[in-house]
Amino acid sequence: MTQDRKSFAAWLQAAPMMLVFALFFLLPLLFVIIVSAWDYNEYEMVPALSLRGYTDTFEGCIADLPELCTILKTYLKTIELCVLTWVLTLLIGFTVAYFLAFHVRSKTWQIVLTLLCTIPFWTSNVIRMIAWIPLLGRNGLVNKGLQGMGLIHQPLEWLLFSEFSVVLALVHLFTFFMVVPIFNSMIRIDKRLIEAAYDAGATGWQTLVNIVIPLAKPGIVIGSIFVITIVMGDFVTVGVMGGQQIASAGKIVETRLNALQFPAAAANAVILLGITILIISSLTRIVDIRKEL
Amino acid sequence: MSTFAKTMNKSVSRRAILKGTAGAVGLAAGSGAITGFPYVKSAEPKVLRYLGTAVNEGDDIAKKCLEDTGIKIEYITVTTDDVTKRVVTQPNSFDVLDTEYFALKKLIPSGNILGLDSKKIKEFDNITPVFTKGQLPSGKKIGDQGTAPWKVLYLEGANSKKFSVKPTEFITLIPTTYNADTLGIRPDLIKRPISSWAELLNPEFKGKAAILNIPSIGIMDAAMVVEATGQHKYADKGNMTKAEIDLTIKLMTEAKKAGQFRAFWKDFNESVNLMASGETIIQSMWSPAVTKVRSMGIACTFQPLKEGYRSWASGFCVSKAASGQKLELAYEFVNWFLSGWAGAYLNRQGYYSGVLSTAKANMTSDEWGYWMEGKAAINDIKAPDGTVLEKAGATRDGGSYEDRMGAVACWNAVMDENDYMVRKWNEFIAA
Repeated sequence: MTQDRKSFAAWLQAAPMMLVFALFFLLPLLFVIIVSAWDYNEYEMVPALSLRGYTDTFEGCIADLPELCTILKTYLKTIELCVLTWVLTLLIGFTVAYFLAFHVRSKTWQIVLTLLCTIPFWTSNVIRMIAWIPLLGRNGLVNKGLQGMGLIHQPLEWLLFSEFSVVLALVHLFTFFMVVPIFNSMIRIDKRLIEAAYDAGATGWQTLVNIVIPLAKPGIVIGSIFVITIVMGDFVTVGVMGGQQIASAGKIVETRLNALQFPAAAANAVILLGITILIISSLTRIVDIRKEL
Repeated sequence: MSTFAKTMNKSVSRRAILKGTAGAVGLAAGSGAITGFPYVKSAEPKVLRYLGTAVNEGDDIAKKCLEDTGIKIEYITVTTDDVTKRVVTQPNSFDVLDTEYFALKKLIPSGNILGLDSKKIKEFDNITPVFTKGQLPSGKKIGDQGTAPWKVLYLEGANSKKFSVKPTEFITLIPTTYNADTLGIRPDLIKRPISSWAELLNPEFKGKAAILNIPSIGIMDAAMVVEATGQHKYADKGNMTKAEIDLTIKLMTEAKKAGQFRAFWKDFNESVNLMASGETIIQSMWSPAVTKVRSMGIACTFQPLKEGYRSWASGFCVSKAASGQKLELAYEFVNWFLSGWAGAYLNRQGYYSGVLSTAKANMTSDEWGYWMEGKAAINDIKAPDGTVLEKAGATRDGGSYEDRMGAVACWNAVMDENDYMVRKWNEFIAA
């Protein structure tokens, strides 16, 4: 009886969030899934079952073999960018968080330095692009500097509007999403554990691998979820920094939306969602966040 | 795309503030653009919600309109694609619509807009024959490939969803502005004459060319290039067959893979930045973007090419939700718009106005000579906000109205195979 009442109270407490979640996330998502199976013409959606949005998306995937079809190429590229960004943000984010958690002693400085990490968010995407051109462009600071030092004779074209610049911008933007959760996990590690490791004769590396990383795992996974979901769906940064020449899964959805082909856009969104859920669920398979928290 | 819409909003309000012309109208326009909340009827007696792109939505126009007619214009500024999307999905969120003729193939069948009655448009008979007959005032015929305005100007009846070939009194869009677009180049970096669209794919400019990434317009520029290189002659560039779409995309993909393009651009500011920074030296461009680069002190030419121009045109209609007093207000506004002041304002930005005679009456003969007749400027040519665009002695790229509009080869279009084309365009971007 008390058990029942307790669980009822728990449901009641969770109800407001559940309601918001159902109304503003699950319901719209359901609509997207329904619409993705509709037909469409030049100017409207036709509520008749048609899997055209899906079949068109995978057009040529078998016929063009061994050549990859557009959608596979696009997803390979998106996943490649995603993995590169994930590895780099993880390395940098972990290092920054480690520094903040273990080397900065004062709480004030920890807060100040964490706030400094938000600098990339102070400007809009377009301003940021305008700022990258004078730095990385053909006549930009980096090229002029390298040429001035005599290291190169021709400007490096791959600095801007390339995968390099896309990954650079994504890392620049999203490292923060790694820093915060990892820092949060690290700050809760009992310092005595580390002292004990040292006392027991562990080297710095052994302490890192056997104590810090396992205990920071939830932070790492949460940070990874943030970065992976954002990068998988990103089309603005990829578009702007890639000179619109690099395909991304999000861009396909956008192009379809702009052409008023809502069912096709919805179908692509469902595919993107499915793939992202796959990645995330395999991540949480490795680490059970709920248990670790 | 919402980010782009936001960017547009931002750039509009920022520009307004820079010009110092923001005022109450500008602010109202800005807030209207951001929230887009339905207008509350009791708040203001004479208000029109004006949906369109930033092209025609000058704050000065709204200010002058309020002065002359007492109608308060609330701008809803979004990108070309979003205008169409909004009309189809939220027809009650605007009163007056300013959109391009090529969008009509999507808008008219949706039944969400109402055409205007030509009998209630005072200057209707003075509208340039470019729109009504597809010819210049001198009688010269204009290229009709694509969604040329005269093909979609008339409706069969007031509530008809069918375009009429013969003139009727039911008008889909009352013309506001139009222009002829071509390639922009950096003459200081190219250092030789450019005379053909084919130059966009010339290996000489490898890694320094750009094309715009709006499929329905980009494909037209691509077609101009393909035709100029002699690889295919289209029956109608604005209505390609699947095979023609395949061919066009294949040739562009080959060029892309060979590294011909530095970037693709999607919004006005991107095109200005690419050109001004020297990242690209030849690219598809819009007239005011060329002007902007030039006003930064950087040489940039809106290069006339022997194959002709790709043209576009926009005009007014109303939401199907507008009726009664609101509709009368819309007529009053459109009549004011065609009465000259706004036309002159747009002419001074390098666009062309729908009614030439009234615009002429509102410009000096020197201005008219420079913008419309291809004559050398006698005094400095100034933008509507007073900044000097061209020094005395300069002539307009491409020359007179007759020379530029007379050389139009095709119009922005929505193809019958639009769905296929968009998929192919995605393939091109992914290649």
